[in-house]
Amino acid sequence: MTVSFFILAALTIAGTVAAMSLRNLVHCILALTLGFAGLAALYLQLGAQFVGFTQILVYVGAVAILAMFAIMMTQRAGAVAQPASSSSRTRGWITGGMTAGAVFAVLAWAIHASAALPQTLPPQALPSQPDAGVRAIGNALMHGFVLPLEIMGLLLTAALIGAVLVAMQEKQEMP
Amino acid sequence: MSSLTSYLLVSALLFSIGLAGALTRRNAILVLIGIELMLNAANLNFLAFWRYGPNPAALTGVMFAIFSISIAAAEAAVGLGIILAAHRHFKTTDVNQMNALKG
Amino acid sequence: MPEMVDQIFVICKHWLLGFAPAGVQPIFSALLSVVPVLVVFPLLFAITTVLERKGLGRIQNRYGPNRVGPCGFFQPIADAIKSLAKEDVVPDTADRVAHFLAPLLLVAAAFLAYAVLPIGRNMVVANLNAGVLFFFAVGSMVELAVFMAGWASRSKYSLLGAMRAIAQMISYEVPLVLASVVVIMAAGSLSTVAIVNAQASYTGIWPHWFVFTPWGFAGFVLFMIAATAESNRSPFDLPEGESEIIAGYYIEYSGFKFALFFLGEYLGMFATSGMAITLFLGGWAAPFSFLTWIPSYVWFFAKLLTLIAGFIWIRGTLPRLRMDQLMNFAWKFMLPMTLLNIFTAGVWHFTPAGYARWLVCVALVVAPFLLLSRGLQQEKKYGMRSYRFAE
Repeated sequence: MTVSFFILAALTIAGTVAAMSLRNLVHCILALTLGFAGLAALYLQLGAQFVGFTQILVYVGAVAILAMFAIMMTQRAGAVAQPASSSSRTRGWITGGMTAGAVFAVLAWAIHASAALPQTLPPQALPSQPDAGVRAIGNALMHGFVLPLEIMGLLLTAALIGAVLVAMQEKQEMP
Repeated sequence: MSSLTSYLLVSALLFSIGLAGALTRRNAILVLIGIELMLNAANLNFLAFWRYGPNPAALTGVMFAIFSISIAAAEAAVGLGIILAAHRHFKTTDVNQMNALKG
Repeated sequence: MPEMVDQIFVICKHWLLGFAPAGVQPIFSALLSVVPVLVVFPLLFAITTVLERKGLGRIQNRYGPNRVGPCGFFQPIADAIKSLAKEDVVPDTADRVAHFLAPLLLVAAAFLAYAVLPIGRNMVVANLNAGVLFFFAVGSMVELAVFMAGWASRSKYSLLGAMRAIAQMISYEVPLVLASVVVIMAAGSLSTVAIVNAQASYTGIWPHWFVFTPWGFAGFVLFMIAATAESNRSPFDLPEGESEIIAGYYIEYSGFKFALFFLGEYLGMFATSGMAITLFLGGWAAPFSFLTWIPSYVWFFAKLLTLIAGFIWIRGTLPRLRMDQLMNFAWKFMLPMTLLNIFTAGVWHFTPAGYARWLVCVALVVAPFLLLSRGLQQEKKYGMRSYRFAE
């Protein structure tokens, strides 16, 4: 519970809220990268250096850029979302917002009321810096988590081929 | 309020924001981004529980986060590919207008 | 005495740190580490611009800048005054916030990369456990800045340039990372300091640099090619090809923001060169065991200047690639080569030392190189050039 945690959390939340509510699609993605970067900083604060850097590499460097490319290919540059009829739009926002609000209320209540969570951690119970070095992660990946790693490789290969096949130009049908 | 609780609250908030976005936005790309946000909220939960859990030496939370990030990357690639293919077909990325099963 | 000279900056830092009150010491220490980086590398940028213009001039059989100061060496000062005094033009339709933030993000990302580069013995800003990963993660933020610049300007040329730049940077990031994997395998660490320490010993007078192994040499060459593409330099300078799209993504920038883009680009080039030095050329280690009395930072900057000279030479020599050639080269040559190189490093690791190991590994590097380069050459049947005119 430090000041930096609050700043980072506020940054993350602000970025993601902006990403989900701005009109201009490119602005949405730019705000989203801010949120992802804040999240990576939160990971760093939790002591997970490897995951934090991977987060930046994958989300800021790949997913956000990919989404930008998709927007550029499907939208005219700088186009804003098509204005729908305002009544249906507000109705949509109210329904979605209320559902999400209800989910958050339930989750917050569960977190607050859960007996399983230690309400106040004694300082000595907190591991000062758990060993999440790259070497430990590598050892874990190569020993305990070999099967998931291999399946992940298979999944990524399948996703690569699948994405190329799906996005490839459809063959013109013979007349 | 302990540190763990505050991390969990941030994660819950993130999940709700992603959910709200996925439910209300009408552009398919932003719906996908909302789903990514929900996955990220889960990652934050994994890491928070790993850090403040009883057995941080096991690295299970970190492993889950790493695998989850890779899955999210694969999901984004395939999802955006599908959106591009759908855009070629329907000439729109508005999910409300993609309402025909048959081309 | 040599140790004293070698560590003089570290000693100075500790001496200065003694003056700070205990409360602000961590911040003061960070400041003392960061400020030299913020001063030295822009200075190097200024020197490099002169050297590059003069070197290119000589290659192209002309003089280059020779008016300001002795032999034109004060040219950067004149350039800086000019770009500071220029009007800062922002296009009317531009997205002002993103247009303003893009150069700042680019320079910030470029500077962040220096945090993990060991400039000398005990001279690194942050010895991170996952230093190499940090370097590539920060490098991927540059793409975002480039996109912001290209999109926010609302100009066709900027957007085209940004799209080209991002496609190129994403494609060449894959071989860049994969080429450095061999070193990580050999050193068994992602920390840049540990990687340099793994190379800082000698057999006789010869150093244990990774570049002096078959896989290390191939990795170094592949890394430098990918680094050239990453920093958008000729022959991979399509994103800013002057004759096609004028200046690419920073066409709508003027004055100091334009200078910032220039700075960011050169800083990125220095950072990737520094990473190549750290990974393959032994970092701050001396090339011969009898030269270790020369301070470590001198060696780092000597190697850096050598690589920069190589960059300038390449820029003056090679013509620009076409977009399809660029992509073919990345995916059909660089990627298979780097993957095979990783395999070669594994073979090297698991075979006993001796001439047989050298023979096998050299064969494993040379054979795919010949096959892949021949494969790229095939299907190229050049006929008579045909001209088509507009009707």
